[in-house]
Amino acid sequence: MKALSSRLPVVAGGCLVLFTAALALAFFYAPTDANQGLSQRIFYFHVPLAFTAYACFGWGAWKALRHLWKRDPEADLESYVAIHQGVIFGALTLATGSIWAKISWGVWWSWGEDQLVLFLVLFLFYCAYFMLRYSVDPGPQRANMCAVYALFGVALIPVSFLAIRLSKSFIHPVVFTSHGYNMTNPQFLTFCVCLAAMLSLFVTLYSIELAGKRLDASLRELRELLA
Amino acid sequence: MTPSEKYTAAAYLVVFVGVLAYVVIIASKLGRLQREVARLVELAKERHEPLELAKERQHG
Repeated sequence: MKALSSRLPVVAGGCLVLFTAALALAFFYAPTDANQGLSQRIFYFHVPLAFTAYACFGWGAWKALRHLWKRDPEADLESYVAIHQGVIFGALTLATGSIWAKISWGVWWSWGEDQLVLFLVLFLFYCAYFMLRYSVDPGPQRANMCAVYALFGVALIPVSFLAIRLSKSFIHPVVFTSHGYNMTNPQFLTFCVCLAAMLSLFVTLYSIELAGKRLDASLRELRELLA
Repeated sequence: MTPSEKYTAAAYLVVFVGVLAYVVIIASKLGRLQREVARLVELAKERHEPLELAKERQHG
């Protein structure tokens, strides 16, 4: 990821191209859904946002494991930044999902839906990560506690993802089943481009935030040396 | 605009505003880091100046 920071303009440029393509495909290429109409196009951002949030939490957990296992000195900061990104993408998933629920189901939120409630639990679990992190003084103890917490949280990802498939009664649409994807090929292509765009946005924002945090740490060291 | 169009536009707008807010926060943090760098440069110069004066006196 250090090499990635030096290639940040390329990554950011790729992200811009992918987002332009994603918007063009979502609004001008993908066919309008016969049942849901125009509001189905929310899917092209809502689902990639959720998948990207899962990827962020997964990456954060992987870095937490690296911290505990290899004692990688950079891993704690990388895990923190990935989880921070995950919470942002998670908040956007909840917001876009809520808008979709309003137009499709007539309600902003449904407590009877396992998929929604489990995603909210996952989101709140990682929100609490920051409460833990900022309630302990910086140091190895804080890094260890945060790493263990991040690893526990990752267990909720498959539960959240599979909830919709395990649930007996649901109104949330199932797009990806064991038999493949439940959409037309142009819709699937649009979805893939949107997912790539969202993942590239994560990589870009992650690199920017990480570079900023590293710079902040270096300046703190410099300030202490000059004091 | 139909309700479907309004809600779809709102969903995309939420993502755009969310990312924009994040960029603004990062930009403000970058501004703070720039001010911090300028302050440390000033501090380093203040430390360096007495040494320069001492060297000049030795040579003079």
